[in-house]
Amino acid sequence: MISYGHHRYPGRLFVVEGTDGSGKSTQLQLLYQWLKAEGYPVFFSEWNSSPLVKDTTRRAKKRRLFTPATFSLLHATDFADRTERDIVPPLKAGAIVLADRYIYTAFARDVARGCDRAWVREVYRFAVKPTVAFFFRAPLDVAIDRIASARPTLKYYEAGMDMDWSDDEEESFKIFQGKILDEYDHMVSEFGLTVIDGTQAIRTQQRQMREIVSRYLKEKLKEKVVLTK
Amino acid sequence: MKEMKFYGKPLPNVEIEAYSGKLIVIEGTDGVGRSTHVALLRTWLEAMGHAVLDTGMTRSVLAGRGIKNARAGHTLGRLTMQLYYATDFADRLENQMLPALHAGFIVLTDRYIYSAIARAVVRGADPEWMRAIYGIGLVPDAVFYLRLGSVEELAARLLASGRGFDYWESGMDLGLGNDYYDSFIAYQKLLLKEFDRMSGEYGFQVIDASRSIKRVENDLKRLITRVIESEQAKTEAMASVAGSPNAKENIPG
Repeated sequence: MISYGHHRYPGRLFVVEGTDGSGKSTQLQLLYQWLKAEGYPVFFSEWNSSPLVKDTTRRAKKRRLFTPATFSLLHATDFADRTERDIVPPLKAGAIVLADRYIYTAFARDVARGCDRAWVREVYRFAVKPTVAFFFRAPLDVAIDRIASARPTLKYYEAGMDMDWSDDEEESFKIFQGKILDEYDHMVSEFGLTVIDGTQAIRTQQRQMREIVSRYLKEKLKEKVVLTK
Repeated sequence: MKEMKFYGKPLPNVEIEAYSGKLIVIEGTDGVGRSTHVALLRTWLEAMGHAVLDTGMTRSVLAGRGIKNARAGHTLGRLTMQLYYATDFADRLENQMLPALHAGFIVLTDRYIYSAIARAVVRGADPEWMRAIYGIGLVPDAVFYLRLGSVEELAARLLASGRGFDYWESGMDLGLGNDYYDSFIAYQKLLLKEFDRMSGEYGFQVIDASRSIKRVENDLKRLITRVIESEQAKTEAMASVAGSPNAKENIPG
């Protein structure tokens, strides 16, 4: 098994991180369009997307079967499948992989739920270290406003209702997001996350993102592979 | 009562209080008769009036079905497989084993973290990684390792039972041999080596499983009686001091 930081692949891995409502998915979508237009082979990998684990996760959420530990481990299982299926093969072939949420999401959420920091990092040790990990940072109230306007009801685990912080969903969600943001802030130096101010105009953020990404692109990445998914 | 001791950091939200039950592990490679002995021991223990919970791999409410489906498709990657099993284990530990132990049950488990570690290590997983993940495991009261002398004996036994070779038990995903038999032999040899290596590290009590079922059963009964009696003597002494028995009758959900 190759550990975090020790994989040597010709491809590039760019990931976006941030609390719900930080605008990260929008930014990744824009980056994807740009890279495609530039002629790079690009693959997209989303959090919680493993076909092997999907049904189990859905059922567990519906029936509220999770504890902090099993929530953590099942998400790690999902991520392992993505790593083995969607991330490593294109990277080996020299393609660009874009990931919406990565291991830092798990570190932030699981530790907010009370899992041991060192243990969670150990569980994900097999993960490929990203070329750049963007952290879209938006203040808590901005993020919460965006979520509230986009989604009228919060889901049970999303709001952290399993933790008994509050009987009120909105209150619980705020407490949870606050803890998550604290964890992200700790991880900026620990993992060298690239912070983008999520309160700036969308175009400004995208310009910064493309400027940073372009430093890691080479013309030869374009001709390297033709992959069919 | 005994203090809970974990191999590493315990799970979040787990009550680390003394428990009155017993965690007894039956380990060993495929086809050594583990499930037969778990069934025999359960009947025997219940006849003596002990409440028993038996559990085993992929029997969690959370992940059991998902693992079985994934295995059936033969599309399970190696890392994914190890973490799926760890999820299954954590679910059973938190929702079955620990509540039962707190309620005074004897928990008989067909395989424990050792099988999971052995299978993963044989598939190239970093042993330290596996030990860190399974640091959430409770240190059992006893681990009985049913051991057969040779892998060929194991194969013969499997065929005699009419079960034949299964894809994963034969380690077909590892590409060790051209057919199920060759692969089974090569795979089980690697597992056996891994188990033997763990035997000292985790304090397994080795039981020679090449003997008759009856003799193996008698050995297990004798050793388990010892594990239970050491506790009963203490409990009775405590009860006579306190003047009240402290048995709990709650059946864990």
